[in-house]
Amino acid sequence: MPAIVVAGLERAFGEFRAVQGIDLAVDEGEIYGFLGPNGAGKTTTVRMLTTLLLPTGGRASVAGHDVVGEARQVRASIGVALQEAALDPLMTGRELIRLQATLQGLPPAEGRRRADSLLERVDLAAAADRRVGTYSGGMQRRLDLAAALVHEPRVLFLDEPTTGLDPVSRKTIWEEVRALNEDGTTVFLTTQYLEEADQLADNVGIIDSGRIVAEGTPEALKAEVGNPHIELVVGEGAVAEAERVLVEIGKLLPPKDGKRVLVEVEQGSAEIPRVVRALDEAGIEVESLELVRPTLDDVFVDKTGYHLEEEEAGEESGERSPA
Amino acid sequence: MSDLATTARVVRALGARSIRQTFRRPQLISPIVVFPTLLLAIQTGGAGAGIELPGFPPVQSFLQFMLAGSMMQSMMLAGNSGGIAFAVDIEMGFTDRLFAAPIPRFAIVLGRLAGTAALGLFASIWFLAIGLIFGAEIEGGVPGALLAMALITASALAVGGIGAAIALQTGSASVVQGLFPLVLVVLFLSSAFFPQALMVEPARTIAEYNPFSFIAEGVREPIIAGIDLTQTLEAVAAIAGIIALGLVLSARALKHRLRVG
Repeated sequence: MPAIVVAGLERAFGEFRAVQGIDLAVDEGEIYGFLGPNGAGKTTTVRMLTTLLLPTGGRASVAGHDVVGEARQVRASIGVALQEAALDPLMTGRELIRLQATLQGLPPAEGRRRADSLLERVDLAAAADRRVGTYSGGMQRRLDLAAALVHEPRVLFLDEPTTGLDPVSRKTIWEEVRALNEDGTTVFLTTQYLEEADQLADNVGIIDSGRIVAEGTPEALKAEVGNPHIELVVGEGAVAEAERVLVEIGKLLPPKDGKRVLVEVEQGSAEIPRVVRALDEAGIEVESLELVRPTLDDVFVDKTGYHLEEEEAGEESGERSPA
Repeated sequence: MSDLATTARVVRALGARSIRQTFRRPQLISPIVVFPTLLLAIQTGGAGAGIELPGFPPVQSFLQFMLAGSMMQSMMLAGNSGGIAFAVDIEMGFTDRLFAAPIPRFAIVLGRLAGTAALGLFASIWFLAIGLIFGAEIEGGVPGALLAMALITASALAVGGIGAAIALQTGSASVVQGLFPLVLVVLFLSSAFFPQALMVEPARTIAEYNPFSFIAEGVREPIIAGIDLTQTLEAVAAIAGIIALGLVLSARALKHRLRVG
C-alpha cells in the first residue's frame, strides 16, 4: 500500500499558484526524494502533506488518511522535521524531546525513556541539558530529527534536512536517514542537493515551478537523458586519430577542448577495455580516462532547461551559516 | 490515556514551557515585574498625599490603593508578553511543530493562556507580598487576598486570549509589541490607578464603561475594604466578556493561520 498518494494537489496564494496539480505515490518503506530549486513548491507540498496548510485543489493521503478530512490521524502517523529547524533556543534539548513526546501523547515515563534513547542515538546525550541556542547547526538538525522520531512515525517528512550544513554534518544526517529507512520508516525528503537525492532516494520527483517535471528512480531518470560517456585526454596532436578510432565504438560527443575526446558508450564501464585496446592498437597514448555517467543535474537540465547546481551554488553562497 | 487527559497534559506542558520561556527571556519578564514595581514605588513615593483629596475612597495608605493598579498593569503586560512570545513562536516556526502534532489545535492556544494565567497569579502574589512587606493591610483578609489573586489570574487569561489572537492573526512579534502603549492607554483610562470620581471628562466616562475599571474595582475592594459581592460579580462579568471575545478572536485567527500556513 502506498504511504503517500497525491492526486492533482494544488495550492494557490492569491494569484500565485505555488503547486499546480501534482500527482505522486510513495510506497511504504521507500525514500522519496523531492528535488527542486528554491521556490519550486517543495515546502508548500510538504506543508500540505503534513496538514500545516490546506490545499486549494486536489487530494492527498498519508498513511492511508486524507490530509484534509482525517488530519489528526495523519498527524499521529507522521514525523516532521521542517526546513529551518523549528526549535526554541531557550529550551534544552531534553526539554524539547520530552515536550514532543507529550505532544504525541506518550505517557510521561515512556516519553522520558524515548527522549534519553533518542538523544543518545543522535549523539546529543552530553549536550541534552544545554539550551538549544548554544547548539551548532548540525546539532540542531539532529535534535530536530530526534524530535520527529519520538513516536516512531510510519512516515517521516524531512524538509531540506541538510541545507546549510557542513559536509560532515550532512553525511551524519544521511546515515541516520538510511538507518531509519532500514528500520522500515517511509521517508519523504525534499532537497535542493542533487547528490543528496542521488545518494538517498529510491525514487526521485523533480519539481519546478509547482509542477513535477520528472519522476522515477535516479538510475532510470539518468538513463532517460542518455548513455554514459568516456572522457579521454590523449597526447598532443592525437585527438583526430583518437576520434577516428573511437567513432567505430560509439557516438562522439562535442569535445570540451583540444585535448579531450568524448565518446558515448552504451554499456558503460564494460566498454572501457575495448576503448583502451583500440587506442593502444592505434598507438595513441592515453593520459587519462574517465567514465562519466549522466547526473541528476543532466536530468534537471533536460527537463527544465537550466542547471539546479547553479541555483544551489547561488543559494549556498548567500545562505550558509556555520555549523 | 483518554483524549481529554492527553489534551490536559499538553496544555500543562505548553503552559510550563510558556512560563520557562518568559523567565528565560528578560525582555518578557521585565515588563511584568520590573516596570510595574518601579511605577508602584514612584507613585506611592510621589503621590501619596492624593488620598487626602475629597472623593478619594477611604484607604489605609496610597500603597494599599495602588496595589490593584499594579497588579492590573502587571497582568495586562503579562497578556501582552504572552502574545509577543506566541508571535515569536510563529515567526521561528515553533508553532509548526505544535500544529503538526495530533492534538486539538486549540490546546496550543490554551497552553499559551495557561502560562499567561500562571504569570498573572505570580504578579498578584508578587504585589500582595510587596504590599504586606511595606505595611499595606488586606482588609478582606485571606479570602480577600485569594479573591484578588483569582481575579487577576483570570484577567491574565482573558487579556492573553486577545494577545494570542493578535499573534495568530498577524504572526508578527513587532505588531504585538506595538500594542504595548495601547495597553497602557486602556489601563490609564480605567480606574486602575486613579479613582473614577476624581477623573475629568472625557476620561471619567470612558473609565465608567471600560471593562478594566470593573476588574480593577473588583480586585481593589477586597484589599481596601473587604469582599463586595456586587463588585466581584461585575469584575467576573467583565473578565468573562473579555475571555469570550479572546476565544472568538483566537478561534478565527487560528483558522486564518492554518489557511495561510
